[in-house]
Amino acid sequence: MTDKRSDDDKNLDEDGLSRRRFIKNTGMVAGGVVGGSLLGGLLTSQFQTDEETKTDKKQETSSDLQDARMFFNQNDFKVLQAATERIFPEDDNGPGAIGLGVPYFIDKQLAGSWGTNAKDYRERPFLKFNQVENMQQKDSENLPPNPQGAQGEDQKTNTENQRHQSRLNRREIFLNGLRKMNQLSQERFNTTFDEASEEQQIEILQDFESGKVKLKGVAAENFFILLRVATLEGAYSDPLYGGNKNMDGWKMKEFPGAQPAYTNKISQDEFAKIKPISLTDYQG
Amino acid sequence: MAQKLDKVDAVIVGSGWAGGIIAAELTKKGYNVVGLERGVDKDQEDYIGTKDELRFSRRYEMMQHLNKETITSRNNQDATALPVRTNENALFGTNTGGSGVHWNGVNFRFLPYDFEIYSKTVERYGKDKIPKGMTLQDWGITYDELEKYYDRYEKMAGISGEENPIGPNRSDKYPTPPMKDTPAIRLFKKSTSEMGYHPYHIPSANLSEQYKNPDGETINACMYCAFCETYGCDFGAKSDPIITVLKTAKKTGNYELRNEATVTRVMHDGNRATGLLYTDTKTGQEYEQPADIVVLAGFIFTNTRLLLLSDIGKTYNPKTGTGVIGKNFTGHFNNMTYLGARGFFEDKKFNNFMGAGALGATIDDFSGDNIDHSDLDFLHGFEVQIQTTGNRPIATNFVPKGTPSWGKEFKDKSLYYTNRNLYVNALSGSLPWQHNYLDLDPTYTDFLGNPLLRVTYSYTDQDRNLSRYAVDVCEKIMKKMGADTVEKDEITDDIEFNSSFTTGHFGGGAIMGNDPKTSAVNNYSQMWEMDNLFVVGASSFPHFGNYNPTETVGALAYRAAEGIDQFLKDGGGLLVKGNQVKSKT
Ligand SMILES: Cc1cc2nc3c(=O)[nH]c(=O)nc-3n(C[C@H](O)[C@H](O)[C@H](O)COP(=O)(O)OP(=O)(O)OC[C@H]3O[C@@H](n4cnc5c(N)ncnc54)[C@H](O)[C@@H]3O)c2cc1C
Ligand code: SF4
Repeated sequence: MTDKRSDDDKNLDEDGLSRRRFIKNTGMVAGGVVGGSLLGGLLTSQFQTDEETKTDKKQETSSDLQDARMFFNQNDFKVLQAATERIFPEDDNGPGAIGLGVPYFIDKQLAGSWGTNAKDYRERPFLKFNQVENMQQKDSENLPPNPQGAQGEDQKTNTENQRHQSRLNRREIFLNGLRKMNQLSQERFNTTFDEASEEQQIEILQDFESGKVKLKGVAAENFFILLRVATLEGAYSDPLYGGNKNMDGWKMKEFPGAQPAYTNKISQDEFAKIKPISLTDYQG
Repeated sequence: MAQKLDKVDAVIVGSGWAGGIIAAELTKKGYNVVGLERGVDKDQEDYIGTKDELRFSRRYEMMQHLNKETITSRNNQDATALPVRTNENALFGTNTGGSGVHWNGVNFRFLPYDFEIYSKTVERYGKDKIPKGMTLQDWGITYDELEKYYDRYEKMAGISGEENPIGPNRSDKYPTPPMKDTPAIRLFKKSTSEMGYHPYHIPSANLSEQYKNPDGETINACMYCAFCETYGCDFGAKSDPIITVLKTAKKTGNYELRNEATVTRVMHDGNRATGLLYTDTKTGQEYEQPADIVVLAGFIFTNTRLLLLSDIGKTYNPKTGTGVIGKNFTGHFNNMTYLGARGFFEDKKFNNFMGAGALGATIDDFSGDNIDHSDLDFLHGFEVQIQTTGNRPIATNFVPKGTPSWGKEFKDKSLYYTNRNLYVNALSGSLPWQHNYLDLDPTYTDFLGNPLLRVTYSYTDQDRNLSRYAVDVCEKIMKKMGADTVEKDEITDDIEFNSSFTTGHFGGGAIMGNDPKTSAVNNYSQMWEMDNLFVVGASSFPHFGNYNPTETVGALAYRAAEGIDQFLKDGGGLLVKGNQVKSKT
């Protein structure tokens, strides 16, 4: 404990981010633009070095209590666990989807407004499914677009808009897809998807990805894109959503999380190894 | 029944940069102004402590959610347009400050060439250089005439910049010095200099130092925190309408911003606009707000849609090329005009997680008409940039081609290359065509039952040729920068507009010009046919330059505000008379 504390202090010094220096850098006090709320809220726990640093142990305990299902039933959840772990497997780098809490993350996301497409345009007419299917680009389009494209997109597609013309909402798409996975596994391998071997699971997922599987109401590759993106979201979003447990996703990626400032490091040549912080700590 | 309210001097749709600048300028002069904003009320405080990629970049917290309204989109007149159903394909500004709050802060001026594109093209290459169907036209204003408004905008926003070595004339330097540099920026600058180009820092609204603007508003110094694009700034360090123009307007006591007020019609008697009709979305009550001056500043899609819904101006007809409302839709598109080359480095690690929205460097050696187009199969050009906005972990998982997109190999490589890749990209000019336009959708409606706006757009060889040329340049630069593997974005022969509206860079629909036959507004953004109606924003752009639009939107807004003041003092009338402009139709 003591060791850890002094470690953190050292980190703060290296970053030049003591509370006083930080304020000086922003010129906040002098300008007084953002005033009290910022100084009172944002900068508090982040810079109170005398406050007991939250231990990793404590974080684990509280997030473990969130590991319960809100949306999926037990069987569907098992299939989800197996599928996300194949997409983001545990390896030498660190934990996989299950270890990161991705399935619980997805369960929570689907239980909320994202699961019912509450923010999307849902007016009819929807296209008939075969019309949508005919418009699918069969080659793969897999990653979420990066809004403005300043960093480029992971991949680009011609069918962006068509992909979202299904009349099913995300909850229905997930159930539809996962149950089909299980059914295929039983037909082909005589066992449930989660009990199938790694190779067997991969084979089925590949068939979804390439659109070889036929689902009702949504193209299999579109379900796969959704599953894949949701898995990455669970691996790398702030731990407040129940995934990226212990910030292990970020640690593997050397992503430092919600740091307030890189002012003193941005110009340097060396790679900066920085201990990540989550919003729990950042917001204070 | 709509409830009629007391008349004000001016009523404005929208509280983004365009609406905010006009509100500030008019209220400072003592006019009383009402702003109507469909989104909720927001203050700088709302963005403190919100570095949350899932909430802002993936669940689109700050964007107009499409459950109330969206646009429909198709590639050609024979197709049925489909609604754009999710924010994955559409980022439209909403809430106080509009898109100006979640923008990056990249600030460019358009080129002198852009404003006189038709004349300068004909002068240099002859009329035949302009392909059939390309509806190129002059803007009815020159760079030199607009320069003082650019300068005002830069001083209001405190833009941090470095002199462009081959840029157009400036009456003054940037109000604050350029941002810091980074290893990636230094590498880009060194490599492009060695190649004979002229790199400079991207002019930025993420401020290099604390700054007090001429209106007395203070903007803080950027922390390079890398949560900029699609986020509000934690520190009040990115110029946005909330901490500048809207604040200035409010201080006068003459500005009232009404949130959750969706404007549905411009009220008019055929010759004059009499006010705006809007619905309070909290109560469902409809109101009519009368005013002497009506300003549409609701971004291009709303500006065009309100004109069409209100039956103002002559609707554009893509078959004959006549009419103006809906004409010359252009923009930057994520699979065509915003492409480049990615380099993977085996032994070099960059701090890719650091950055700021507008942190980067660029060259203008290929911009506009800076290259000789005599032997090229396209017009206009592109700006080449390295932009280090800061890579966030969900959105950026770049792996070399041939790597599977999931599973063991993907995980391993995406982790390995996270800080070992850089991207150089080009932003290309986007030119107008007779077949690309906006009108009302015959099928789909918004939450109040009004028809949605429909986009009809397809790419041409011009776009493909220009983009191919541009990504080749990006590839050469990336190679020079020493990447071990360089992969350029692909532009296939059958690449088509993908109905994705994610760049925020769109123009047209109510374009400006010198001739009422071929333009909707004059160079004060004043409607030719209704002189107390001003339509402000990128809806005025007759084509899209190879830069980000906002500084030009801001400059045109300053000019419009000046025009409105003049109009009110003079007791009305057209601020400029129309005459035959040089254009190709
Ligand atoms: C992610 C992103 C990053 C960007 N980065 C940059 C950049 O770095 N540099 C750059 O130059 N540009 C950038 N842009 C573009 C830039 O944001 C716009 O050019 C600029 O904000 C346009 O300002 P505006 O005032 O015309 O429109 P907006 O900011 O869109 O404001 C319009 C306002 O009107 C309101 N409104 C619309 N319709 C109605 C209605 N019917 N009733 C009531 N209110 C209505 C909207 O809610 C909105 O608040 C970016 C855009 C996006 C999406
Ligand atoms: S990078 Fe700078 S301007 Fe952008 S959000 Fe962070 S502090 Fe604000």
